[in-house]
Amino acid sequence: MSRPQALFRTLGAVALALCLLPAAPALAGEKLVVYSARIEALVKPMFDAYTKETGVEIQAVTDKEGALVERLKAEGANTPADLLITTDAGNLWQAAQEGVLRPIDSPALAAAVPANLRDPDQQWFGLTVRARTLFFNTQMVKAGELSTYEDLAQPAWRGKLCLRSSKKVYNQSLVAMLISEHGEAKAEEIVRGWVANLAAEPFADDTRMLEAVAAGQCAVGIANTYYYGRLMEKKPDLPLGIFWANQSTGGVHINVTGAGLTRHGKQPAAAQKLLEWLASPQAQNLFADVNFESPVNPATAPSAAVQAWGSFKASPLNVVEAGRLQAKAVRLMDRAGYR
Amino acid sequence: MPAIADAGLGGTAPLALTGANSGERQRLFWRAVVLLIAALVVAPLIVLLTRIGDADASLIEHLLEHVLPRVFGHTLLLTTLVAGATAALGAGLAWLISRYRFPGRDVFSWALLLPLALPAYVLAFVAVGLLDFAGPLQTALRALFGPDLRLPPVRSVGGAALVLSLSFYPYVYLLCRSAFDSQGQRAMEAARSLGLSRRQAFWRVALPMSRPWLAAGLLLVVMETLADFGTVSVFNVDTFTTAIYKSWFGLFSLGTAAQLASLLLLIGFVLAMTEHRLRGRAGYWSTGRSVAAPGEPIDGARRWLATAACLGVLLLAFLLPLAQLVVWATSGWTGVDVVSLRAAGRTLLLGLAAAGLVVATALLLAYARRESPGRLTEMAARLATLGYAIPGAVLAVGVFVALTLADRVLPALTGVDWRVGGTLVAILLAYVARFLAVGFGPVEAGMARIGRSLDDAARVLGAGSRRRLLRIHLPLLTPSLFTAAALVLVDVMKEMPITLMTRPFGWDTLAVRIFELTSEGQWEAAALPSLALVATGLLPLSLLNRQAETTPIRRSTPPT
Amino acid sequence: MTPQLELRSASLGYEGRIVVRELELRIERGSIACLLGPSGCGKTTALRGIAGFEPLLAGEILIAGRSVSRAGHTLPPEARRIGMVFQDYALFPHLRAGDNVGFGLHRLAAAERARRVSFWLEVVGLGGMARAWPHELSGGQQQRVALARALAPEPDLILLDEPFSNLDPELRDSLAREVADLLRERGATALLVTHDQHEAFAMADHIGILNAGQLQQWDTPYDTYHWPANAVVAGFIGEGVMVEAQLLPDGAVQLPFGRVEAAGRDGRHPLPAPGPVRVLLRPDDVIHDDASPHTARVLRKAFRGAQILYTLELDGGVTALSLVPSHHDHAIGARIGICIAADHVVAFPSVRHE
Repeated sequence: MSRPQALFRTLGAVALALCLLPAAPALAGEKLVVYSARIEALVKPMFDAYTKETGVEIQAVTDKEGALVERLKAEGANTPADLLITTDAGNLWQAAQEGVLRPIDSPALAAAVPANLRDPDQQWFGLTVRARTLFFNTQMVKAGELSTYEDLAQPAWRGKLCLRSSKKVYNQSLVAMLISEHGEAKAEEIVRGWVANLAAEPFADDTRMLEAVAAGQCAVGIANTYYYGRLMEKKPDLPLGIFWANQSTGGVHINVTGAGLTRHGKQPAAAQKLLEWLASPQAQNLFADVNFESPVNPATAPSAAVQAWGSFKASPLNVVEAGRLQAKAVRLMDRAGYR
Repeated sequence: MPAIADAGLGGTAPLALTGANSGERQRLFWRAVVLLIAALVVAPLIVLLTRIGDADASLIEHLLEHVLPRVFGHTLLLTTLVAGATAALGAGLAWLISRYRFPGRDVFSWALLLPLALPAYVLAFVAVGLLDFAGPLQTALRALFGPDLRLPPVRSVGGAALVLSLSFYPYVYLLCRSAFDSQGQRAMEAARSLGLSRRQAFWRVALPMSRPWLAAGLLLVVMETLADFGTVSVFNVDTFTTAIYKSWFGLFSLGTAAQLASLLLLIGFVLAMTEHRLRGRAGYWSTGRSVAAPGEPIDGARRWLATAACLGVLLLAFLLPLAQLVVWATSGWTGVDVVSLRAAGRTLLLGLAAAGLVVATALLLAYARRESPGRLTEMAARLATLGYAIPGAVLAVGVFVALTLADRVLPALTGVDWRVGGTLVAILLAYVARFLAVGFGPVEAGMARIGRSLDDAARVLGAGSRRRLLRIHLPLLTPSLFTAAALVLVDVMKEMPITLMTRPFGWDTLAVRIFELTSEGQWEAAALPSLALVATGLLPLSLLNRQAETTPIRRSTPPT
Repeated sequence: MTPQLELRSASLGYEGRIVVRELELRIERGSIACLLGPSGCGKTTALRGIAGFEPLLAGEILIAGRSVSRAGHTLPPEARRIGMVFQDYALFPHLRAGDNVGFGLHRLAAAERARRVSFWLEVVGLGGMARAWPHELSGGQQQRVALARALAPEPDLILLDEPFSNLDPELRDSLAREVADLLRERGATALLVTHDQHEAFAMADHIGILNAGQLQQWDTPYDTYHWPANAVVAGFIGEGVMVEAQLLPDGAVQLPFGRVEAAGRDGRHPLPAPGPVRVLLRPDDVIHDDASPHTARVLRKAFRGAQILYTLELDGGVTALSLVPSHHDHAIGARIGICIAADHVVAFPSVRHE
């Protein structure tokens, strides 16, 4: 037998042997399983802190949010997951719609999470807040020229706007909120205006878009605040400024990273404890600061870097609207030609 | 008349009834094997199709009106561009390397396979990072020519087509090499003797003769292009696959996504049947030459053109992106990334296991087709290779749902509490469903090269099917098996959506790591795991190249 | 004595088509037989049926007295004790010559196997070449390895499927004779299938001529040549022409240039009724005789080294062939004297009466 043959065969045998290892049964009280759409690097610090404090081990399974919801649906009563974390409210709404979340009654969470940042039916709770606002090239635009999202649809901005792709959930949530505020017809007009003003194809991600703004390909763009935070941390000399949109109207569009208990999770009590801990002041800073986001808990102050951006008026609409109107928003964007 | 006992046999040997219809029983056995494999692979697809019932009619209407026409156009354009470019690149380079000698030819012979180690989506984000408006190239050009310089948009169908072509041409290159190495010499000699110039000989004889190989390579390329999501998202090109994702993630309707995916399946099936038809008619023939003769040298300055062409492709498809990744990795150096190292180990292990499983399955399938030919086995074999045609995430859902179904049904049936979902079995089964097509091609080709008379000769010499498999088929199939294993290994290591969905806890691969980082826009941080992925991809590539060079040695027909 | 190979009314075919129809033959131990016929006559199918690759539709096949094939029951080839030499030799390309030869001996101990391998390689004249790879050998050498491989397990029957067709013509003759000698020396029973009658003549003790799946004649080579059973055999074996003639009541045949005794084959092939018949004239039956009153005009000539084959036009427009020593070189169009040299000719019923 030649060497590659032998090598392949041995490794194959080892792999098969590994396959026969039984799936580890869930140990009650000692381990929680979390399905997280938020990447591991951004949830691991918290989970490690929790484990250190309480001794409960947390297994985080990461995947795209749609896939996680499908998993929960398919697994049904057999699911090993206790908690679901997503990076936007729309998918939390969807999860609740699909019936994979469990409503809980928690005064602690009700106190820690403002009403517009949690599910009215108590199936999920926001844990961090980020804003999606305007960013501009300081050499091309003065802050005074900017005002609202809606204003960017005006012909004055022709060829000066950059946007991220409509396929990403953050823009879908933004448009959903526009629909909620202005109704579908007006929202479609606004989006059409945006599309007409685009300086380039929508970008695959916020960071690239911000870099394009800084390079002068366009004058202004809409992005999540934490991307700005990360970018400026790496390249502080970029001519990029942040502007809080809609301060004199409805307020900046915000979204949350949130979580909810799974309906068929085997350890609801322990999961609830974890959730409450994540909303508590000690965890909030840990959660939010690692990613330039703001904590939901009003008792916690955001990090210095975030505070440096200035305070802002956030939209008081319940983020659940983002989910409720997401499908409408996607259709609207299709009609308007916003890719 | 009763048979008279022959002393040598020690008594009348009654006609063994098992021997009676053993041929028939064997055929039935193999038919069952094929059906089982096909069922295994098709189950996720079927499960997916059952979701079509959930499809939202108003959604379909909306998609038909606003999304699908443009999407069809883009997909068609993209696929055509990529197919054309990979055919030209792959066949052209293969011809150059196979038939000519020029400076660096020996190095390029294997180096042109290197892009296989680099996932298309990595090349995509590197390309966009380098070439887009804010990237170093355009910034430098603007410094030279003024800030108002506007270049054609990088993030477009053209850009995506370029990246996909550079990523996928090795499939065509590899297969065409096989064709030209084994047939090229003869073809050229025959053509030249008939008065054709070298160029005419290429276009009118060699290229048509290599059609079966070309078709097989292009099939892989087209399927990969149709199913691709990572690259087209980076370029923000709307294809059929992005429409599928949009239906699922944006419009919250897996049913609609399944419906669209079933269309892709149909296209994939039609493509596979066409390719099979193209290949089947041409058949396989072995030649008298034992080893591919070295090519003829090119004279004068034109040699350097050849070198430049190869070098150019290699630069664009591999060397430059690699350099950029190295720059990114070193600029953000925060110490040895243990997580990535562990992920590399996992990646390799999963890849090897998957390769072994896929190749074994492909061998069974090929064997079954040989032992029990017929319409049923043909159809089943085509079906079994369909998993390649649909987007990974969609197949992942199918696999996942099928497995959870099994998890519910099996304990009820057998009374034993056991789970498949979440274990390695799940992810390996998913890999088989997806990559059987990749492994099946080389194995089938190798099997076809084993003449029937060898089987007959072995049987007459007393070898039953087990001995034939071990002593005749496996040794002769070894090159094909290794080619198949190497191709599958390279593909599995780059695979992301299925891995993401079915991986057991703690089994993050490098592709998963890259995804997590790039989904948050952290391109630079993704550089290190990308490099690790390329490095681990070099092992199977070296195997691939060794097979490509040495395959023509053994022949089953005598030299003339 | 039990024949080593016996076919009883064996019929083979597929998909509604009968390829071999009720074939009957017997081969005694130690003899070499041949199935001869044009392409498509079914001889290869018959061979494959004997080998066990094709099932029987009807009838029975027995090897060494053991029933191996019946309608609905086929003993697989690996269970039969046969050896086979294939048209393309089918040497295993990944095994050396010695390993090829030893492939069928896997049940023996290694030492015994090695001994037998070297023995059989010696027998076929390839002693010392055990370590050669098949692709390093010439066609003739590969053929010998294939033969050694088939003989090494000492099977009950050896089947040869057009074994010389891939070789150079000169090699064919000498190899055919060599192989025949070898088989006889070892007492092997063999059945050869070919379309080349020279091979058949060189090797076989008995020839069976197949046409369209039916056995036309089973006889010694001499008898098939001189006493063809019917017009088909006559047309296939050897060269010659069929000439229309009259069979006279006294048993003689009146030809344009002479009178000859007709011959039937006492009982097996009785003479047809007096009247118009077709008569087989071989080239060696018509000889050049300057003294003969009958002449013929030369239409064509084919130089064959020692002889020239003339195509002659006889009186009455009949064409005949004549094989003449080549120093009698006549031009085309010349008239030469001919006469019948046969002491008998074979007569067949005229076409109208068949």
